[in-house]
Amino acid sequence: MSASGHEAGLFRRLAETGRRPVRLWVDGQPIEALEGDTLMVALLTQGLVLRHSEFGDGARAGFCMMGACQDCWVWTEQGGRLRACSTTVIESLRIVTREVPWPALP
Amino acid sequence: MASPAVIVIGAGPAGIRAAARLVEAGLRPVLIDENERSGGQIYRRQPAGFTRPASALYGSEAAKAVALHAAADALAPRLDYRPGTLVWGIADGAVLTQRGDRLERLPYAALILCSGATDRIMPLPGWTLPGVYSLGAAQIALKAQACAIGSRVVFMGTGPLLYLVAWQYVKAGATVAAVLDTSPSRRRVLAAAALAARPAVLAQGLRYLAGLRRAGIPVLTGVTPLRIEGHGRVAGVVVSDRAGRERRVEADAVGLGYGLRSETQLADLAKARFGFDAVARQWLPETDADGRSSVPLVYLAGDGAVVRGADAAELAGRLAACAALRDLGHAVPEEEFSRLRAALRPMSRFRQGLENGFPWPGHLAAMLPNETIICRCEAITAGAIRRTVAETGAPEMNRAKSLGRVGMGRCQGRICGLAAAEVIAAARGVPVEEVGQLRGAAPIKPLPLTAELGPDEG
Amino acid sequence: MKADVIIVGGGLMGSATAFFLRRRGLSVILLERDLVGQAATVASFGNIRRQGRFLPQLPLANLSRDLWGRVPELIGEDVEFLASGHLRVCFRDAEIGRMEQYARDCAPYGLKLELISRNALRDRFPYLSPEAVMASYSPLDGHANPRLAAPAFARAARREGAVVVEHAEVVGIARGAEDFVVETRAGTFRAPMVQVSAGAWGQRLSAALGEDVPLTPAGPQMGVTEPAPYRIPEVMGIHTDVTEEGVYLRQVQRGNIVFGGGRRDAASLDTKRATLNPLNTMAQMPHLRRLLPAMAQLRVIRTWSGVEGYLRDDIPVMGPSGVTPGLFYAFGFCGHGFQLGPGVGATMAELIATGRTSVPIEPFHIGRFAAASSTPPGPQRG
Repeated sequence: MSASGHEAGLFRRLAETGRRPVRLWVDGQPIEALEGDTLMVALLTQGLVLRHSEFGDGARAGFCMMGACQDCWVWTEQGGRLRACSTTVIESLRIVTREVPWPALP
Repeated sequence: MASPAVIVIGAGPAGIRAAARLVEAGLRPVLIDENERSGGQIYRRQPAGFTRPASALYGSEAAKAVALHAAADALAPRLDYRPGTLVWGIADGAVLTQRGDRLERLPYAALILCSGATDRIMPLPGWTLPGVYSLGAAQIALKAQACAIGSRVVFMGTGPLLYLVAWQYVKAGATVAAVLDTSPSRRRVLAAAALAARPAVLAQGLRYLAGLRRAGIPVLTGVTPLRIEGHGRVAGVVVSDRAGRERRVEADAVGLGYGLRSETQLADLAKARFGFDAVARQWLPETDADGRSSVPLVYLAGDGAVVRGADAAELAGRLAACAALRDLGHAVPEEEFSRLRAALRPMSRFRQGLENGFPWPGHLAAMLPNETIICRCEAITAGAIRRTVAETGAPEMNRAKSLGRVGMGRCQGRICGLAAAEVIAAARGVPVEEVGQLRGAAPIKPLPLTAELGPDEG
Repeated sequence: MKADVIIVGGGLMGSATAFFLRRRGLSVILLERDLVGQAATVASFGNIRRQGRFLPQLPLANLSRDLWGRVPELIGEDVEFLASGHLRVCFRDAEIGRMEQYARDCAPYGLKLELISRNALRDRFPYLSPEAVMASYSPLDGHANPRLAAPAFARAARREGAVVVEHAEVVGIARGAEDFVVETRAGTFRAPMVQVSAGAWGQRLSAALGEDVPLTPAGPQMGVTEPAPYRIPEVMGIHTDVTEEGVYLRQVQRGNIVFGGGRRDAASLDTKRATLNPLNTMAQMPHLRRLLPAMAQLRVIRTWSGVEGYLRDDIPVMGPSGVTPGLFYAFGFCGHGFQLGPGVGATMAELIATGRTSVPIEPFHIGRFAAASSTPPGPQRG
């Protein structure tokens, strides 16, 4: 996947595209980000969604990018939570934007 | 345990200059910052491995940014510097911090809050769609990540940041579809005298505007935002122009913001007294000219106290440190106080000019369709707020929150609070200052349940 | 202004009493110092729990539980009552005996508890701590929304014809020749009967009326997490003698988990504020994780407190005055009043209207402090 301006994503890279690639997994699919990317940029240069509103009003992709609005918390496959705008990507991170890893009813 | 240190919260322009002044006096203050790297939002640094020069990142402010970063780096070894650390509560003369899963309780001899500001937001239908970001976010994407928030971006709102970010996008090679300003241009003419208090800043603003026009970017003033359209992502922005005609601009992203609002939750937790600021149209902690709050040994500086911009923040940070030092019994020459106070005076005048030239469009709240989401955390609509007010008689913010959930979510009303107050005020037919402000509560940002006090604490 | 009854204090107790008095045809003025339901009620956990209560309180709690189930038809509003079950969980073998004893003791009162141990517990409630040794399950208990309850009852009372006056702080109550004269910041009101249901402020009024009680104001330490999918129907609490361990939690249908328990903090009758000490929140977190391990994935997004009144013996003051005819009390519910609210309202209305109650409330009579005899055992928590 191209690091510069992939049209499927929300964000468009304008510069600094010579960084080392980092691989992570989103909803089970591999994506390639760049070292130094925030998780938000990694996900939104190639996708449109970070999370879904708990109250049924649709997809969310963050808003303030400075840790104020709290609208970009994503789940890891292991059930951890990361604030996408203030987390730097690391190799092999596994993120879910759909199924929330939370106890099932018996 | 060592005697408590002076604690400075926030490593932006105000916090760095405050910490520097404390170090000059021979202290070793604690400097706590939520970001991993100092500089604050305005002088936010790009991550290691990025190569753009300061001139590309900060434009005309590059020299100031470089100087502030150099000052912060030189200072770091002489501080107890704690980056990447959230202050989530203040209680009994101590701040409560969190980094990862580690909690700490740090008592303070004096506390200087330099918590900065975030965008002032007036919601509109569609503003929760992927692709809509605050102006600050649009700028951070560019500055810290070399990204544009979209391939065809509309900037909408008002204030100097609207033009600055649009211009930065153009310069960086992004496509800007339009700049849509709610303030009519005649407001700037009326405010010109006050804006002339800082001629260089005024001239800069005019240069951005000229640059945008030269680049052929449509700039509309005096618009009324109607909605952001799209399914699952932004497809366009619809406004009513000065003449009342509906105008639609194709876009896949929107940068939205109406000036800045001070981040005041920590001041609230420190029990500082607040008053309604008629210029900012916001409840702000009361301070004296030097930044003393109503609580002894708690000080405020920078945009978190009152939005006057980065230059003023540097001065106010130093001044608040001087005040703290004097109150703690250190000698501070009177001359330093008077010099800093004098330097801040035109900044205050300029601030009034900006608020007059680019006013907060609180009146738009009354016109928002009922289905407009106001509180994006809890998905509470304008209609739901109006219903709460009508059916329960909720007279003020905290009651409306208690009965209708507005401002109750993860961000604690940080994003929606001002707009929600306007919706409530309009529904009641009273001035916005009569509906009060949301009370702050710890944790001011989400606190992981896994976090624990360190072994030497408690 | 004059009515049959003046109620001083518009929390859940006062609001519910006003509603049930109107149902009995008496005219009512409800006087609230600030806004209805703003002090103790709003800060309540929202527990509709009977198990663990002081046994003589169970008839009242049972009555109240029946009323909670009928709230929408009674008052025409939903206050989010869910009979989703209540679990008290213990982590020490030593506590099993006490749990078994309570289950035996409460049965004659009509409260049927199911004791579930270790493996069965994990099969039934897989999200519970694997360390739990036993739980006592009360299937018909549950939870409701404490932010909505008192205002909803007050609105219903108003619809039934009660006069509800907010911002009417009482500055004096005197017994005249025929009526009580209640002076407030919103005017003077008269009635032959008065009920004091002023929560933590009840003691100031009762003392002024010649019946002092040993009441201490305090604030519960409450918090809530961000939302997660709704998967935990039961309210649950830790059954323990160690104050810090005694946390409790419930997931609301929107997904947030509300919690409280452990230490309380100071509350001021003068500022009308109770302290939420963030150190208490920190102290709650390990016990919450222990009770519901999945909760460790979540974040606390908000905390709060409110002014509650605690009597020395940890049970409320409820019933007629011991000295003044026409005067009634229902205050100081010691942090466990929310469940009782509708039952207190119905019972006090019955008492005021008929002079009798269908459920026994003698143990709560204010005269127990005048007698200064031995204090009865208080309720258990969790």
